[in-house]
Amino acid sequence: MARIEDWALITSGGRYVEDVRDPALAGCRYGAFVRSPVAHARITGIDGSACRADVFTAADLDLPPAGRGPVVQPWLARDVVRYVGEPVALVVADDRHRLADAAAVVRVGYEPLEPVIGVEQALAGEVLLFPETGSNVVRVHGTSFDGAGFEGCEVVVTRTIVNQRLAPLPLEVRGAACVWLAGRLVVWLPTQNAHAARDLIAAALGAPVRVITPDVGGAFGAKMGADPEVVVLGWAARRLGRPIRWTETRSENLVAMTHGRGQRQTITIGGRRDGTVLAFRLDAVQDAGAYPRSAAKLLPKFTCLMAAGAYRIPVVEARVRAVLTNTTPVASYRGAGRPEATAAIERAMDLFAARIGMDPVAVRRINFIRSFPYTTPTGACYDSGDYHTALDRVLAAGGYRELRAEQERRRAAGDVVALGLGIGCYVEVTGGGGVGEGARVVVGRGGVATVHTGSSPHGQGLASTLTMLVSHRLGVDQVIVRHGDTDLIARGTGTFGSRSLQYGGSAVSRAVDLVVDRARDRAADMLETAAGDVELTAGVWRVRGAPSSRGLTWAELCSAEELAADVWFDDAEPTYSFGAHLSVVEVDTETGRVVLRRMVAVDDAGRVINPETCVGQRHGGLAQGIAQALFEEVRHHPDGSLVDGCWGVGASELPDFELLDMATPTTRNPLGVKGIGESGTIGSAPAVQNAVIDALSHLGVDHLDMPASPMRVWQAIS
Amino acid sequence: MIPAPFDYRRPGSVAEALELLASPGAALLAGGHSLLPLMKLRVVSPDVLVDVGALAELRYVRLDGDTVEIGALTRFCDLVVDPVIREHAPLLARAASSVGDRQVRHRGTIGGSLAHADPAADVPAAVLACGGVVMVHGPDGARRVHTRDFFLGRCRTALGLGEMIVSVRVPRQTHWGFEKFTRRALEWALVGVAVAGESVVLINMGDRPVRAGVTEAALRQGASIEQAAGLAAWNTDPVDEPHASAGFRQHLARVLTRRALQRAAGRVPGGLS
Repeated sequence: MARIEDWALITSGGRYVEDVRDPALAGCRYGAFVRSPVAHARITGIDGSACRADVFTAADLDLPPAGRGPVVQPWLARDVVRYVGEPVALVVADDRHRLADAAAVVRVGYEPLEPVIGVEQALAGEVLLFPETGSNVVRVHGTSFDGAGFEGCEVVVTRTIVNQRLAPLPLEVRGAACVWLAGRLVVWLPTQNAHAARDLIAAALGAPVRVITPDVGGAFGAKMGADPEVVVLGWAARRLGRPIRWTETRSENLVAMTHGRGQRQTITIGGRRDGTVLAFRLDAVQDAGAYPRSAAKLLPKFTCLMAAGAYRIPVVEARVRAVLTNTTPVASYRGAGRPEATAAIERAMDLFAARIGMDPVAVRRINFIRSFPYTTPTGACYDSGDYHTALDRVLAAGGYRELRAEQERRRAAGDVVALGLGIGCYVEVTGGGGVGEGARVVVGRGGVATVHTGSSPHGQGLASTLTMLVSHRLGVDQVIVRHGDTDLIARGTGTFGSRSLQYGGSAVSRAVDLVVDRARDRAADMLETAAGDVELTAGVWRVRGAPSSRGLTWAELCSAEELAADVWFDDAEPTYSFGAHLSVVEVDTETGRVVLRRMVAVDDAGRVINPETCVGQRHGGLAQGIAQALFEEVRHHPDGSLVDGCWGVGASELPDFELLDMATPTTRNPLGVKGIGESGTIGSAPAVQNAVIDALSHLGVDHLDMPASPMRVWQAIS
Repeated sequence: MIPAPFDYRRPGSVAEALELLASPGAALLAGGHSLLPLMKLRVVSPDVLVDVGALAELRYVRLDGDTVEIGALTRFCDLVVDPVIREHAPLLARAASSVGDRQVRHRGTIGGSLAHADPAADVPAAVLACGGVVMVHGPDGARRVHTRDFFLGRCRTALGLGEMIVSVRVPRQTHWGFEKFTRRALEWALVGVAVAGESVVLINMGDRPVRAGVTEAALRQGASIEQAAGLAAWNTDPVDEPHASAGFRQHLARVLTRRALQRAAGRVPGGLS
């Protein structure tokens, strides 16, 4: 089935938060945040007297803190700022065009403190972000190391590599529209999980809250719940008795929305010269930014969980220490800890292969996990998989042997354009964060089915997939999917971590089952027969074995009273999607320029419900992983300001993707599905990185950190 | 992303534009693709915008003997497709085609690009390589400034207060090469090279379009392209950034100069698309 959302989202008709024209927002005012221009400083004073607008600071807010203990981001900076972009004051004006003028004249005094930039400085601990805690380390996840696993190894390779910090860069920046109606705050908010956002805002403001999610122009993990700005806006709307709207600028988004990735990893891999890997250690330091977000919780957990990758390695040790630095807080970004783990193990496999002089494909084949379920040394229980077949398929489709031969020919001929082949094999936990999902399915008058889902699609195409599920099962033509409104959906968990189809889809599926059961009883009554004697065929209920009898359409069945079912589904476990990517790059050895020529991918996410949506997720995922490998990086000056960089990737930089289908089902949810949302990103980054390094291997290069920028390539070979 | 308040005027002629330009804090707006972003970022905040973008009298290309004359408001998209440009000043067509995307090329003008004088811009370097002459009108009448005297620094030109470019005159030159190095499509050049005849100009290798004088001299003295290109980074002072150091840019300048010269010499294929 063709996707139903796209036309409106990408042309016109999509309704993003800026487009919301609810009458309740009439006469609204506009908010903008004054943000810290320095990374670490004591605030000596804030003077908004020259500002022809309302100015609110931390001193005005009468709100409880966002969490317990000292290491919590205040709603607005109080006394100390800890990153460039931290909100310091809220300015509210009647005219949005005057807002920037008003914000520009708010004077904030800063007494500089030494900034902590980079994980080394954070670990050194000479300067502390929160001196009362005695350390910049906010979380240690994983095992301690005993080294015994490496004792019997013939070869041990160690390397420190960087999984660089990235900016999520959704096309739609953050924004909100807030209004108090009858003692309750209503917020239109682009978020991935309206219910969590509601609970957070309600707890902070001590009042009931309704969150309505309009169309969301991309999130990638960076629109989880509600950011502190939203709480401040809700508070100000109450104080002023007026609705307030807020939209950040693109420049603001780059420093003020959470970032992703940001690990320095020391990887150690050991094994035998025959290619058998015996031990792997991942010792990572996670840059969490200035305040703990998911980089201090979820990312370290996922990185440790997925450390073993697709390999049967007897000893795997993984530890992630999350540290605070004077930079934008780091949170989830497409993969959230799993791409970091995959990049580490996939680099390690190549380093090991290079050291023992074996083809990276051969080393992978020797060490693949081949029987399932399989529990890794770090505790991941893989449900199902077929890793060697996935790799064999991309190699066959790519023509791996011929490509190797061409690589040899070019090297022999002294071609300045080197050819490189890179493999990225991955396993990733999907649906691993957050439990359960709610659904309500209603068949009402006219036989129209309405699905209320606790999932919160924001570009993935889930509405198309749920429409397919429901319309196939019920045989109804018209399905309406509603999501993201806490008044319409009783309970919801949201869309993140490649979980929506497994949990949200299963919830809808179970609700549909219940609707069918109830419909069967009603149809039997109306057809004056037993429930066991009616059947549903192509949307019509008939007496079994009487195909020409007069049947009941859904419209007839529900003409007097709708049929509904509510479900909370938590009867599933996380699944482990997997795949193999082959990347082919050309590297201009004179300029360092890397051009991605081919990308061949198997992404196995179990049973596929809607192929179009699945392909869409793979395309976007591949692009984002490739962008990390070749282009993107958020860098900071030693003073903590953002260095101008290179963000995003476009069609011009990407080849046509060669996507192969493979579907190994799982039994961990009723639909037999796994997640696909992050697969492309997780597999493609190491595949492309390995390809660039492979292209330069004859020049003595065995590692290059991402992104493989022209200068980095040039420096490596000159 | 919203500029500070300003007045907006739209003159009907060059004479009227010059009158308006005389008022304090006035800035000339042509295609707006340099000025408006700077205003939105509040790097500049002019009091009055004098929008000449619609002055048809300044949008033309004509051949005058061995010289191509181009009206200041000629769009990049015009340069790409204009048959006179393609035949007699193909370097300009090539350079213009590498600017931004289609939308940008339909707004940006040759005069605006020269007046803005960004050292990373493609078209000013190409005009300098061609030996172009800038025709200027101002409160004291008309004058001509050779491009070698026109660029004074980063976004600084010989244009005086109240002056505007009305046209550019470029000698006919069909011997050309052009190389632009970017990481992604639609970017400004990390480094670029424009070659026209004997002239070699580097893009983004200093505070203005830079003549690779040592390379030009070496070529005149019979050096090979490889030898001459190896001297291209002499006396250059490119910006030093974490993702592209000055040393890397100088290396790129040498490689790209060799490739542009080889193209100009017809040793490697490549033409206007």
